[in-house]
Amino acid sequence: MNRDPSSFTKVLIYLALTVAVMVAVYPVLWVLKMAFSDSQAFGLSASLIPERISGANFKALVTHTDSDGTWLFGRHMLNSVVVSAGTTLLGLFLACTAAYAFSRFRFPGRRTGLMLFLVTQMFPGVMMAIPLYILMDILGLLGTLTGLMLVYSITAIPFCVFMLKGYFDTIPRELEEAALMDGASQFVIFWKIVMPLAKPALAVTALFSFMTAWNEFILAATFMNDERMFTLPVALQRYVGDYTTEWGLFAAGAVIVSVPVVALFFALQRNLVGGLTAGGVKG
Amino acid sequence: MLRNGIKALLGLLIVLLFPASPSLANDLTALEEQREVRLWHSYRSAELAALQEVVERFEQMHPHITVRMLNIPHDAFASRLTSSIPRGHGPDLFIFAHERVGSWVPNNVVVPIDEKPVPVDLDEFLPETIEALTFEGRLYGLPLAFKSTALFYNRALIDKPPKTTDELLDVARRLSEPDAGRYGLAYPADDFFFHSAWLFGFGGEVFDEETGLPSLDTPGGQRSLEFVQDLVLRERVVPQEATSALVTRLFNEEAAAMVVNGPWFIGDIDDRIDWGIALLPEVSETGRRATPFLTVEGVMIAGRAREPELARALAAHIAAEGSMTRATVGRQSVAWSPAYDDPLVGEDPVLRAFREQLPFSVAMDNRPAMQAVWEPARGALGQVLRGGDPEAALVRAQARLRAAVREAPETTSPLPYVVVLGLLAFVGAGAWAHRASKSAAATGGLRAEIRQNRTAYAYLAPAFAGLLFLVLVPFAVGLAIAFTHHEGGEFSFVGLANFRDILFGESYGVTDPLSFYFTLVVTVLWTLANVALHVTLGLMLALLLKEPWLRLKGVYRALLIIPWAVPNYITALIWKGMFHKQFGAINGILTSIGLEPVSWFGSFWTAFTANVVTNTWLGFPFMMVVALGALQSIPSELYEAADVDGAGRLQKFFRITLPLLKPAMLPAVILGMIWTFNMFNIVYLVSGGEPGGSTDILISEAYRWAFQRQEQYGYAAAYAALIFCILVGYTLGTRKLTGGEERA
Repeated sequence: MNRDPSSFTKVLIYLALTVAVMVAVYPVLWVLKMAFSDSQAFGLSASLIPERISGANFKALVTHTDSDGTWLFGRHMLNSVVVSAGTTLLGLFLACTAAYAFSRFRFPGRRTGLMLFLVTQMFPGVMMAIPLYILMDILGLLGTLTGLMLVYSITAIPFCVFMLKGYFDTIPRELEEAALMDGASQFVIFWKIVMPLAKPALAVTALFSFMTAWNEFILAATFMNDERMFTLPVALQRYVGDYTTEWGLFAAGAVIVSVPVVALFFALQRNLVGGLTAGGVKG
Repeated sequence: MLRNGIKALLGLLIVLLFPASPSLANDLTALEEQREVRLWHSYRSAELAALQEVVERFEQMHPHITVRMLNIPHDAFASRLTSSIPRGHGPDLFIFAHERVGSWVPNNVVVPIDEKPVPVDLDEFLPETIEALTFEGRLYGLPLAFKSTALFYNRALIDKPPKTTDELLDVARRLSEPDAGRYGLAYPADDFFFHSAWLFGFGGEVFDEETGLPSLDTPGGQRSLEFVQDLVLRERVVPQEATSALVTRLFNEEAAAMVVNGPWFIGDIDDRIDWGIALLPEVSETGRRATPFLTVEGVMIAGRAREPELARALAAHIAAEGSMTRATVGRQSVAWSPAYDDPLVGEDPVLRAFREQLPFSVAMDNRPAMQAVWEPARGALGQVLRGGDPEAALVRAQARLRAAVREAPETTSPLPYVVVLGLLAFVGAGAWAHRASKSAAATGGLRAEIRQNRTAYAYLAPAFAGLLFLVLVPFAVGLAIAFTHHEGGEFSFVGLANFRDILFGESYGVTDPLSFYFTLVVTVLWTLANVALHVTLGLMLALLLKEPWLRLKGVYRALLIIPWAVPNYITALIWKGMFHKQFGAINGILTSIGLEPVSWFGSFWTAFTANVVTNTWLGFPFMMVVALGALQSIPSELYEAADVDGAGRLQKFFRITLPLLKPAMLPAVILGMIWTFNMFNIVYLVSGGEPGGSTDILISEAYRWAFQRQEQYGYAAAYAALIFCILVGYTLGTRKLTGGEERA
């Protein structure tokens, strides 16, 4: 890895990455165009450059208030952040413990349990909305952010468990055995040794859990009884109508919704690449 | 200032014109304590502003009543109503289009509004709108507004709108230059909603008037298909594959002189365009006027409403007193006829045009059977617009429709099934315990081993409890539904009949795109293609981004996850636009390098490719992120050692990277397969199943049976259960193949 490739290869790699970025970004430029236009039409016109640049869509979205003067956009944003952050924390906690058990213990029912986690992903979600609604009602969690957090984190768990288990499996057990010899408890080993080493996988699962909650609107729109309790995607989806969509507002909303995701990824990627692993494994 | 002045004037006018009905108003003002009435709707922009204004006025008139409005996205509205109203968490009243009434009556989502006297004169509503909201002799809701299509035209290009289809063709021919992207007329020709104008104009029908059964294959229906085939393929005066986005674009660029569209189109028209609106023309061949579908929005009383009296009063207020505001502020074609006596409404050119179109429109059937019509009818239009024979297309559509309107299977007793299930559970549990205790024998028995692993169970408990409760319970409910038949709000136990009909039904041959087996093959192809591309691209990019000398890594990475970050509802539609035959960017690139443009949605493989390309674009960032994390699990010493041994790039990749990546990547790959297998929204948004439903995947069918074909939840659940079995089988298969992986 220490040898640098020839400059020809370097140019090729830069070229490949640049092409990939262009393909990734091109369709999104249309979203930007629609967002900064002053019309509500789907911006499929011939040119990518808007004739008039206007921040009207963003302004309308951000200043959205209800008749009582509650700043709805702020509330929706806050709800989304709370639900997504809560989902991420709860999901990570549940997934880490379960994945650690699956990775480090050989107990009766282990294989069945693993299979069960996988199986839950196989039943099409379309069919689950009404039974979920009834369950939430029985639990008294309808209309609460807690209910949403719970549902989202459970939805995200199977992937997180599998991802983390796969990663835990690659962490050498010798480290933990050594710590055990030194008299560390199971919990300390888990918290102080395994978790820091699994940072890259934690970053992936955190992003995944966050996204599960961040973009969901059907369940959120079904469970919440008050406009002030809606999340951002619900508010955004309201611009999509039966016959026509207010594309300018929707696009502006899509931009607003995407920015935190990219920012979160930008913050997480330090952990994603070059964590402590390289150093830790040497030990 | 002027606007406020007008508003004040209007308010005064309304109070003078429509005094509230005295008896009820007295009742309500006599209220002592504060009461609350809940109204749900999915209005947007101007219509929303108008509704808010109307409701505020109601609250001012009745200070003891608070109206709590909830604005729900249209896409989630129907499911929200059907899940919450039967549980008693619904609103008191809601606003919805008339065509669902028939499916909602049996489960009490909506109750007749004329149960008690309504404080408004029903004869003052336009009769067509009352009729649309009537189901089996009862009136469900008060009509608010009606919507149909009419003819929009550009005044700079056309001075007098055509009166007959012959005139329309003459004008359109004169103004069309298809090769330059200019068309005389533009509308989504493959959309049955828009086609309805021609269908009825040529004397076709959707349901037989006497028997009430679907009858798409009439001579009139066939003539209407021949007519649009002429418009699009022979005369080329209407663009192909026109989505409503393309129609808007063409009209705004003055590249389409006329457009068939509804009132919602007005907001999309550019200010620079000088446009007019007129009645749809008369069909020259039959002498009948083109007659589009009519939708009537009504305000309806919900089942289990807590305040039905207040709800009725509010409904009457919105429908009658509120009509002026809804017409002038909300730009609605209101159903309250006295509103048209006011020149502000009666002389408004747009409102007048739709009012004139009203007698020449056909309200969509409000029975559940209507929902099953859209897909076969759209299939027939698609087939004809790709050059297919209209008669054959209609025969096929009729056959599909008959298959969708399935007869209820015989009801059976659930007892034998319960017994078998109990036995299976017993045997299964026994076998499991036996195996577990056998393997545990070495370590001192099952109990001892369970006790030994207490920590493991403690670690698992929280996740497992959540999973059990929130996923497995709904799952078991879903599975149980698969053995039932749902009709008119009631489930009856039918045993394995649903499964039998799916697997061995005789509606379609095995090679027909609509058969279970054909769809299964497509689904498998779809899954394999997507996951292979996601993993390859994701891994390649992750490897490139790992190069130590690379600058701006963070920026590259962040830009590459953008497709994952932006809501896919909008980006998938942008991709659909890019695949347009004539106006899309992809054919633009192809022609600029000297290739022939491709009709992407015209054949199976190209449409399939378009779907896969879109989904690859959406899905590779996720795999890239997973791969970036997984690459960290490989100790760098191994590469250093390989460098010492003089290994090349490829050797290192195949000998070190790939095998060591497996444990960390495999979960994402397996789960990616499962998700992709069930990912139908991209197919729905991009190809829409075209051509002829061939690019649809299994889950789309489950969805259709549940929501588009008379709510056959049992049949849909059976589809879902089969999908589940296939996926379980697949996972067990791969576990056999990679069996060694577990024993790490």
